[in-house]
Amino acid sequence: MSQNQTKKILVLGNEAAALGAIHAGISGVYAYPGTPSTEVTEYIQGHPLAARRQIKSTWCTNEKTAMETALGLSYTGKRALVVMKHVGLNVAADAFVNSAMTGANGGLVVMVCDDPSMHSSQNEQDSRFYSKFAMVPTVEPSSQQEAYDIIKHAFDLSERVGLPVLLRMTTRLAHSRAAITTSDIRDENDFHFPENPQQWILLPAISRKRYKKLVNLQFELGIESRKSLFNQYINGSDKHMGVIACGIAYNYLMESYPDGCPYPVYKISQYPLDRTVLATMTSEVDKVLVLEDGQPFVEEQLVGIMDTPISVLGRLTGALPRTGELTPDNVLAAFGLETAPHFYEASHIANRPPALCTGCGHFDMYSDLNEVLTQYPSAKVFSDIGCYTLGALPPLRAIDSCVDMGASITMARGAADGGLHPSVAVIGDSTFTHSGMTGLLDAINVNANMTVIISDNLTTAMTGGQPSAGTNKFEAICQGLGLDAAHLHVVVPLPKNREEIKRIMKQEIDYHGLSVIIPRRECIQQLVRNKKQQPTTKNQ
Amino acid sequence: MKLDIILCGVGGQGILSIATIIGDAAMAQGLYIKQAEVHGMSQRGGDVHSDLRISSQPIASDLIAKGKTDVIISLEPMEALRYLPMLSLDGWIITAAAPFVNIPDYPDMKEIDSQLAQLPQVIRIDVTAIAKEHQIPRCANIILLGAAQEALGMDYTQLEMSIRTIFARKGESVVAMNLRALALGRDYAKHHQTRK
Repeated sequence: MSQNQTKKILVLGNEAAALGAIHAGISGVYAYPGTPSTEVTEYIQGHPLAARRQIKSTWCTNEKTAMETALGLSYTGKRALVVMKHVGLNVAADAFVNSAMTGANGGLVVMVCDDPSMHSSQNEQDSRFYSKFAMVPTVEPSSQQEAYDIIKHAFDLSERVGLPVLLRMTTRLAHSRAAITTSDIRDENDFHFPENPQQWILLPAISRKRYKKLVNLQFELGIESRKSLFNQYINGSDKHMGVIACGIAYNYLMESYPDGCPYPVYKISQYPLDRTVLATMTSEVDKVLVLEDGQPFVEEQLVGIMDTPISVLGRLTGALPRTGELTPDNVLAAFGLETAPHFYEASHIANRPPALCTGCGHFDMYSDLNEVLTQYPSAKVFSDIGCYTLGALPPLRAIDSCVDMGASITMARGAADGGLHPSVAVIGDSTFTHSGMTGLLDAINVNANMTVIISDNLTTAMTGGQPSAGTNKFEAICQGLGLDAAHLHVVVPLPKNREEIKRIMKQEIDYHGLSVIIPRRECIQQLVRNKKQQPTTKNQ
Repeated sequence: MKLDIILCGVGGQGILSIATIIGDAAMAQGLYIKQAEVHGMSQRGGDVHSDLRISSQPIASDLIAKGKTDVIISLEPMEALRYLPMLSLDGWIITAAAPFVNIPDYPDMKEIDSQLAQLPQVIRIDVTAIAKEHQIPRCANIILLGAAQEALGMDYTQLEMSIRTIFARKGESVVAMNLRALALGRDYAKHHQTRK
């Protein structure tokens, strides 16, 4: 018996899920860092039991390679965890959707952290739509304890129904701490091949049979949701309304009614939606209020596209704001309850947006680029996802776009095709290996008239300094893709090198064809971390 | 017992180490806690806050509702005012006095000071100056925690024990400096409270 079983530990929602996964007997975690999901993998990387078991946990190059690697591990009968932020699931989507077709052998859990309110993201897409689309079960914990418990349940479910299971979490739970108690620690699975090896070859003739099976499985998944201990129907005396509370929304409901909610409540932490329980609720109440963090996923399914006999309140009706995360305040308002008396908004409060750190190499790179581009009034700079996106803000105002991982190079190439000059792409080192390399190959193959700047700070900085997959390989990668070595430059972005960097930038912008400039200087946050080396406030 | 705290400041100032000590003290007393943090983009010099909730009963929400905050602890005066609507009418603000100016449109300090002065329960303390004067420059946040101790209603000895636990592996001199910082903050608060 482990001493963990009685000990309470204080962990983030992400860490609770990570510990649950270790205790569920995973043999590998595969992930690309992204807020708010990063701490899951970091926790496993730092955990002694994971080290003892040699659980694979090296960062992957992107979410697609992570998803496919996990699927391969599952093929061998071992349990695999994949972790990403919501937009990472777009990158992994091909593998994710098709993993429902192959099915899982060893338990396969895809943990996705959504970011409603876009604290650190470019959109607030809701991953529950993806799992419905792929027709796989979803679990959505409401608390840190549930995050620990539900991931073990998700691995069992995955093995029982032979499908990957999506674990959806939102920022507030991912990044909030509470004490949890742990339960039994399971062994890893033994190596064993899938029962039906043909199912893993998705040729049309096989896929057509498998797809019918997957569709038929949906009924069973509904029963799984009904039986799930994480879904609860709590009856209430006041039938003029019923409340559906998904995931963390349940906490805000309980916060609104500290002495118990007077209405019948259906707490949902597992999908697909169970129609039986929903039918029971809707037959008993006059209307239903749907509380869900993210997009109106349950609300839209309840309403369909036609008016229903039951009235459904939620984000679509204005009972809750259409965008942004749930808060205790907007949930209170949805019930028509008063907020506590409070102070007014203070005046003279200035916005304080994040900024590049003092001494950051990206800043020097942008300063030089800005100066060079003053001579080219038609210039546009297509940038990418990372710390250097902050180059959009004053005083730099250095970029014209930021869309998705890798879009800088491909958009700059499209714009160059359209006749734009100078067409400049700015991409970070980790983003380049994540999704920039294929776009660069396209551009090299047509010798697009554009300039690519790979701003290399030797780390994945925005998410806290994880190793970057391409470190020390960028010149070789570019030349391997076919770049003319005469138009490949490496510079050190420091004020003392300013004139040389500007000269190279100008020369390559004037060159009619493709050039790559790599300003390379270590992230200053990473420099500080490296100096401190060992003692950190890491998990036990 | 129920205590809802907002810790705020600018990314990189170290609000989370204050949260860690309060959290440890609460856990040691067998209390429930929930602590919502900010990770990611805002940590790069943006405004950051953490909702820290402590209770003898299980806690539902990870976030504090408007008007329910008992104490705002801020490492920066304008940041303290940013969360004013979250404060209960009988709540306290404990704030560092010195502004952290990393934006071009930082307001006139007189405006910030006069708004703080109009509030009923505020302690403004120049933790940076005190830390410098006593040659413990890296302990400014613990001085602020000391100044908040009475408003928090937390046991002083327990906070001392949590400081010992958390800083233990950094060595005895770091522990001693932080204990000194806690005492300096507490003593300052005793003599400079405004209660209207």
